[in-house]
Amino acid sequence: MQFFLEVLIGGLLSGIMYSLVALGFVLIYKASGVFNFAQGAMVYFAALTTVGLVDSGMSLWLAILLTMVAMVVLGLLTEKIVLRPLVAQHEITLFMATIGLTFFVEGLAQAIWGANVRALDLGIEDVPLEWLLESANIAVSQFDLIASGIAAALVILLAIFFSKTKIGRALRAVADDHQAALSIGIPLQHIWAIVWAVAGFVALVAGLLWGARNGVQFALTFVALKALPVLILGGFTSVPGAILGGLIIGASEKLAEVYIGPHVGGGIEGWFPYVLALLFLLVRPEGLFGEKIIRRI
Amino acid sequence: MKFIKKALVAAAFATAAVSASAQEQFIPLLSYRVGPYADGGSGFFGGVIDYLSLINASGGVNGVKLTWEECETEYNATRGVECYERLKKSHGGASMVEPLSTGIAYGLIDRVAQDKIPMTTLGYGRSDAADGRVFPYVFPLITSYWDQAAGMIKYLADKEGGFDKLKGKKIVHLYHDSAFGKEPFPVFEAYAKQLGFELIKLAVPHPGNEQQSQWLQIRQAKPDYVILWGWGVMNPTALKTAQRNGFPREKMLGVWWAGSEEHVIPAGDAAKGYSSMTFNTPGNYPLLDEIKKKVYAAGKGNMEDKSRIGSVYHMRGVTAGIMMVEAIRKAQDKYGKGKVMSGEQVRWGFENLNVDEARLKALGALGMMPTVKTSCLDHEGSGAVKVQRWDGKAWKAVTPNWVTGDRAMIRKMVEESAAKYAAEKKIAPRDCSKEG
Amino acid sequence: MLYREAGQFKATYVEDSEIFPIRQDKFGIALILAAAFVGIPLLSVAGILADYTFTAILTPFLIFALATLGLNILTGYAGQLSLGTAAFMAVGAFASYNFMLRIDGMPILGAFILGGLCAAAVGIVFGLPSLRIRGFYLAAATLATQFFIVWVLTKVGWFTNYNSSGVITAQKIEMFGYTFDTAFSKYLFVLSVVTVMALLAKNMVRTNVGRSWMAIRDMDMAAEVIGFRPMRTKLLAFAVSSFYCGVAGALFAYAYLGTVEPEGFSLDLSFRILFMVIIGGVGSILGSFFGAAFIVLVPIFLNTFTGFLENTVGIGLPSGISSSIELMVFGALIIFFLIVEPHGLARLWQIGKEKLRLWPFPH
Repeated sequence: MQFFLEVLIGGLLSGIMYSLVALGFVLIYKASGVFNFAQGAMVYFAALTTVGLVDSGMSLWLAILLTMVAMVVLGLLTEKIVLRPLVAQHEITLFMATIGLTFFVEGLAQAIWGANVRALDLGIEDVPLEWLLESANIAVSQFDLIASGIAAALVILLAIFFSKTKIGRALRAVADDHQAALSIGIPLQHIWAIVWAVAGFVALVAGLLWGARNGVQFALTFVALKALPVLILGGFTSVPGAILGGLIIGASEKLAEVYIGPHVGGGIEGWFPYVLALLFLLVRPEGLFGEKIIRRI
Repeated sequence: MKFIKKALVAAAFATAAVSASAQEQFIPLLSYRVGPYADGGSGFFGGVIDYLSLINASGGVNGVKLTWEECETEYNATRGVECYERLKKSHGGASMVEPLSTGIAYGLIDRVAQDKIPMTTLGYGRSDAADGRVFPYVFPLITSYWDQAAGMIKYLADKEGGFDKLKGKKIVHLYHDSAFGKEPFPVFEAYAKQLGFELIKLAVPHPGNEQQSQWLQIRQAKPDYVILWGWGVMNPTALKTAQRNGFPREKMLGVWWAGSEEHVIPAGDAAKGYSSMTFNTPGNYPLLDEIKKKVYAAGKGNMEDKSRIGSVYHMRGVTAGIMMVEAIRKAQDKYGKGKVMSGEQVRWGFENLNVDEARLKALGALGMMPTVKTSCLDHEGSGAVKVQRWDGKAWKAVTPNWVTGDRAMIRKMVEESAAKYAAEKKIAPRDCSKEG
Repeated sequence: MLYREAGQFKATYVEDSEIFPIRQDKFGIALILAAAFVGIPLLSVAGILADYTFTAILTPFLIFALATLGLNILTGYAGQLSLGTAAFMAVGAFASYNFMLRIDGMPILGAFILGGLCAAAVGIVFGLPSLRIRGFYLAAATLATQFFIVWVLTKVGWFTNYNSSGVITAQKIEMFGYTFDTAFSKYLFVLSVVTVMALLAKNMVRTNVGRSWMAIRDMDMAAEVIGFRPMRTKLLAFAVSSFYCGVAGALFAYAYLGTVEPEGFSLDLSFRILFMVIIGGVGSILGSFFGAAFIVLVPIFLNTFTGFLENTVGIGLPSGISSSIELMVFGALIIFFLIVEPHGLARLWQIGKEKLRLWPFPH
């Protein structure tokens, strides 16, 4: 039982980390219908820029602030240069454009900061919580707890932003129907620029946390792979879906690896979440919280 | 139109310039300096180039200057094969190739045999290629994965105080879930049976940036040692996750692709006390000083970040450079000093390497790498490894002497596997008694 | 003027149902095939083209074009997005290897066809979710195929004949006592296979089957209403597409790499083939070739170009930076082409044809 709990908690905490990456995808897909393949590259770019600035002698907070600015600029430029000329194109074309963007951002990051692997120290120690270890013999990482706290704060912040502010309401209107939003005078391009900037910010948070967890290196771009099953489970357009999806995926993949893995040779975490999400989709094709797809002829 | 004409003229000049320098010994470098594995690639190929530059600064190999050209592969097999094909005939012909990528090396095995260009695979690739009768053009120099696995068990046994002390112990093999991670299975299994320790195999799916479940299993099993057979981001993640789950890093032993600065620095404090295998002894050597003095002082150094000179990957690159140059030197001894060697002649050189302690001393690299003596039968030449520990700032050698496992057992496995390959491919193995 | 179909009358049904109904097209295809089968070999005999062109450029280009064609059938014609292409290629390669290994006297083409059929069977199984899921949901779900297949091939030793390094080594390509072992002969072998399969595909997409795919793609509900059975149609698309990918995978192993590990068919490869489809033109046979050419050739060109700059003009950058800049330029080029022509390179060719039709009197 103790072991089961340990695996479950570990899985839930990892799941939050996946959700964090998935959030960036959701934001952009919701507002502009673009499946932003470059999200992983943006995570890498953000983390590398921060750590590069810190290594050149800047304080952590200043570096984060400057990176924030850089991410916003990157988001704005992407919107202006890449996506605006492609407005109203088929979603596959938009998807491809973000793949081009991925190559560009990856190249840019390495051209500026080099290919060296770096460590990022946020000052949070990544050790098991002692009291929990002693009282229940359950190892739970302090870092993961704080990271999930940050993720939760971010989600609440985004939720407030979406529901209470004027921009947020405009965003939802745009997500609902571009044409209708445009016709009632919502400046579409402003909104998209804001979304890209916010996605840049989310990428920064994900980059910092993942970077501190595993080191800042090219493999940060792979965290996107962990986010995809979360997306299909939670729905591409739902913020709470991304969170709940992350929790489900995280917990179930860990439990599967520990309890099913040994019987089939292990290493099933790579595909298990996808199969799980797939099975779920067979029952509910729009995902957990995705908008109900109504199709007419 | 004018522009095109100009470009054509320039291109013609370029080819002319290339053929004019055909008197140099050409080495194509299939490097990767961008993409997921750029950290290792830039260090390794930087090391190779630094050593080649040093040789050129001292007048080349018996007066023959070395020349090289880099081609970016991004660690991608298709790009790598293209690079090889593009460079194999340029500058008067390639004399050898070292791709530092398992996928590319596999793509080149047939090609190098056909083109008669030797390929070295330092510490990766097919272990069974050590059988030179079946793989005349492939050289897994110094040590293969199997020898390394045997070396690991030998080291752990020494640490416990003898092979018999491993009985009843628990060893976890935490591996990258790929052909690479599965390669040492037969060695570990054979040893587990022979010595009576329990072997637990845990797979980490690629890329390995999330290992909570594996480490919880490790925590549950309470093993005596964890062997980390990792690659790329899997390594720092393993160290970090070990810390997160309170597993002591002192009980972890990594493969040499999990044992460079690039793998421990990102893990920060979590890496302190962790040890890994290597085939170089960390430290400073007269050779490295010479590289700094003659190459870097002249502004010809390849490493942008000078603190990486002498790092694990860089030193591995220098080692590869030594192997290349020694093979050329050996070939020149036989086929004529001061001449440019063909790929086939360099192949002979690789097959008759004898880098003993005296030679290493002359190179200023005594102790940096094991002695290497190859033959037609044995394309590996050494099989010796060392263990190094990360003290938080630098790698320090743990074992004063070189460690070798049960080489006879490994040799038997190599021959069996190579014979199977030969049968599948319908290759008739060479008769080594007829080789000069 | 040059490309005018006016005046080309069809008098019989046979004429009317030709693959290339327009005379210029027939001529063009004949010209391309002549160039590929006769012209290029002649150049090679004359010594103008080295082995390099065949083994490093043309062969991989043709193999990727075939895989792209396969994915294009699925994505472009039947409208199902897939990210499992490399997995189907892996099935083709590993199945062919095992057929060759385990059945004595197996003809190589037979092994390829059987390998392709295995891939098709796997394709049908993993195509089942497409009956319920669409768009990016399906794309992400097909990743399950990708990871699962590679995992199985790594885990189950039987597939690699218990090779200790977990790799397969392709047997020699032999037909009628002739061994295809030179760069040039392998090129001809690949070219023949690809030509036959491309013509088959070109024919298929205009038959009943192809039209049913397009109907499903354009609006599956409507297609169902007018009598197309979505299950059969979609699964057939998965099967045919996977068959093409499987044969491409077998060629990749046999005529190009020789020795491959399961990881050689990674997600990265799946993505690259998807890039080829989109850049070339979704729903275009010709576009598959354009796309493959773009993704294969542009990085090589950029790399050669920076090398050229360094060697002759003397603009040398540290190698790390020049590699990164190559990557950036590659990304920027993709974006640029998409902005110029969002429907892919095939569309550019179509516009070109339109221009040729009117030339020299555009008004």
